[in-house]
Amino acid sequence: MAMLHIVNKSPFERNAFESCLNHASAGDSILMIEDAAVGAITKTAFAAKVEAALQDKSVYVLSGDLAARGLSEDRIISGVETVDYAGFVDLTVSNETTQSWL
Amino acid sequence: MALEVNGSTIEQDEEGYLVDLSSWTPDIATALAAEEDVELSEEHWDIINFLREYYEEYQIAPAVRVLTKAVGKRLGKDKGNSKYLYSLFPYGPGKQACKYAGLPKPTGCV
Amino acid sequence: MATKKFMFVNRKAPYGTVYAIESLEVVLISAAFDQDVSLAFIDDGVYQITKGQDTTGIGQKNFSKAYKALGDYDINKLYVEKESLEERGLTLDDLMELTWEDEDDDYAEKPSIHLVDRAAMSGIMADQEVVISF
Repeated sequence: MAMLHIVNKSPFERNAFESCLNHASAGDSILMIEDAAVGAITKTAFAAKVEAALQDKSVYVLSGDLAARGLSEDRIISGVETVDYAGFVDLTVSNETTQSWL
Repeated sequence: MALEVNGSTIEQDEEGYLVDLSSWTPDIATALAAEEDVELSEEHWDIINFLREYYEEYQIAPAVRVLTKAVGKRLGKDKGNSKYLYSLFPYGPGKQACKYAGLPKPTGCV
Repeated sequence: MATKKFMFVNRKAPYGTVYAIESLEVVLISAAFDQDVSLAFIDDGVYQITKGQDTTGIGQKNFSKAYKALGDYDINKLYVEKESLEERGLTLDDLMELTWEDEDDDYAEKPSIHLVDRAAMSGIMADQEVVISF
């Protein structure tokens, strides 16, 4: 049962993102939206945790939220995929369950 | 509140400011001014156009002090003073001119 | 009214919550009271002043342009914490160029952003009379 985990809090401000990574299972998908989008960038204090998650999980970021914060797509961690709102919907459909880490 | 301009209805908030800033046209400015018995002169338009450019660049309606200083820089010292601006907009250059220009009420204005 | 040293501390990324825009509104209002105002950008607050923000994809107003008007409001002490940038993979180059015109120096354009380390930031905070944190 693959699960889509949606995170919307910055990993630098709350531990919801980290807790999500600690609880997600292999084969799950993780989607960064809103303030969590800042976690998609390379060379941050949190990047290693996202890179580790990429070993056995899929990781996505909502492109509009990256752009809003002045972060260009060429800075995202290799392996993290960008999605738009339609892609967001596709992810919710292709996973059996969804969990929002508020 | 609402205003009829050229056959379309323009929505206003309770103080007369436009609800949808992007709906602004020069005709709306003329109509908003007419509501307060003001006929817009060339000098009024200089300030209104200046405010629209300022909002486009900074996304805020400037405080009166900032507006005064900026007008002085752009349109000349004789216009960059509150006496001149109040002669054009007696209800306050911030409030009244921003209203005609289709901007929100300046932050900090009560 | 006596002038006091006011500092507004910004700790949140923009758009995800309303803290950043609310802080900016209060800062603009504070300028009307002729106080000695400074801004601190620490933790996720540094994202508020990144350059190239484009909010078309999220349907919110891009209020980052308003920081460029702060110089007109005589608010020209924007302290950015070095460690906060580094932890987020950012440098000064990723931030908007925010300047002010010095009337006493033939309207020379001067930078408003001051990069300081955590120890210096803590010293600047300790020096304030009123600190309001967002």
